[in-house]
Amino acid sequence: MIQVVLPRNLQILAGVGRVVEVQVDGPATQRAVLDALEAGHPALLGTMRDHVTKKRRPMIRFFACEEDLSDEPLDAPLPEEVASGKEPFLILGAIAGGQA
Amino acid sequence: MSGVRLLVGTRKGAFILTSDGSRKKWKVEGPHFAGWEIYHLKGSPADPDRLYASQSSSWFGQVLQRSNDGGKNWEAVGNQFQYEGTPGPHQWYDGSPHPWEFKRVWHLEPSLDDPDRVYAGVEDAALFETTDGGKSWTELPGLRNYPTASTWAPGAGGLCLHTIVLDPKNHGRMYIAISAAGVFRSDDRGRTWVQRNLGLHSNHIPDPDAETGHCVHRIAMHPSRPNTLFMQKHWDVMRTDDCADNWREISGNLPTDFGFVIDVNANEPDTIYVIPITSDSHHFVPEGKLRVYRSKTGGDDWEALTNGLPQENCFVNVLRDAMDVDTLDPSGVYFGTSGGQVYASPDGGDTWNAVVHDLPAVLSVEVQTLK
Repeated sequence: MIQVVLPRNLQILAGVGRVVEVQVDGPATQRAVLDALEAGHPALLGTMRDHVTKKRRPMIRFFACEEDLSDEPLDAPLPEEVASGKEPFLILGAIAGGQA
Repeated sequence: MSGVRLLVGTRKGAFILTSDGSRKKWKVEGPHFAGWEIYHLKGSPADPDRLYASQSSSWFGQVLQRSNDGGKNWEAVGNQFQYEGTPGPHQWYDGSPHPWEFKRVWHLEPSLDDPDRVYAGVEDAALFETTDGGKSWTELPGLRNYPTASTWAPGAGGLCLHTIVLDPKNHGRMYIAISAAGVFRSDDRGRTWVQRNLGLHSNHIPDPDAETGHCVHRIAMHPSRPNTLFMQKHWDVMRTDDCADNWREISGNLPTDFGFVIDVNANEPDTIYVIPITSDSHHFVPEGKLRVYRSKTGGDDWEALTNGLPQENCFVNVLRDAMDVDTLDPSGVYFGTSGGQVYASPDGGDTWNAVVHDLPAVLSVEVQTLK
């Protein structure tokens, strides 16, 4: 199972805790993980990526294994440590600085 | 026993304030959706326990929430707002063409007779409709495809469709307002439109009397007299008595005719309320005094209402969706400020009390009168 860590706002929206486990069929990619996450928690649809283009929302970041994977291709394989469940796939909201 | 329920949207969540018919003691619940901007909440006139809320964030985009029990429990419903076809450009701040992009829902207007039907006014300006209680949203594209749409330009707050007014006597008729395009009327439930801005005069556009480009901030109607509408424009308070075919200025003796809100007393169709704001560069009330102005003559003659409102060192703003009236007798009047206060008057504006002092900045206030 892949461990996905959600930001607080999305935890509340989806009614889940900090870590959500998802199962993907086939290669573990950003697209597959997000597809599985949204399928299990439809309230998250549109909050991390565009409904249609699947493009990441500008102020959402994806980290794993101390790397920023935000701009990796959607279908690129995730690190083996993520695929095997040893390391989490982190979804973050960009820091706000002085805004809001 | 009768009572009222205030639905308050803020920069950091929603709050629900309830009171009995005396409107003296209040129960405050919230924040719902903490940390999110709640541009608007509104209840269905056909089923007061059916509420809708527009929840959004720069990080996570748009979410639509629905409650079936008066706000005790909420569920996220559909949040896909897809413009029909390939949207053409509107005008950007610098005059260049800019593609239509969905940003957020500014205003939700439930149908008068069907709790599952709701209209949503969005930025970039367009009108959407749901007929299944918010599960799916479909654009009514006749508005965005209006011949002048490519010339519409955003105000400082964006190109937003922020006001939707439904005619209770003619179910096909509705009005919307866009900053900064103006007022539009439909007689077929939003399928086709005519722009209705004759009589508006705006010095901040190249042709002050142009039919398109006016920064209308808010329009209001009394349900017993739907041919009459009142408008707070960027500058000027206006009135029409012929379904928006012609507008005339009623600013009269107001200290400034810039402002955002305007509303009509529920029991007196000629009694209207505005809150003058110093100017578009200040966005706070004049002279450090928070004053509601009331006209009992349908405009032109205005009196300041100050009893219970701060009259020194007050520098708040009141945004366009942040005032409402209840339908009790006497009619209650409510508004929320950028400083997080919600004020209530149980007597048509004669006296005021702060229901809460320290909420996040208030974006919208809607009241439901509960029987």
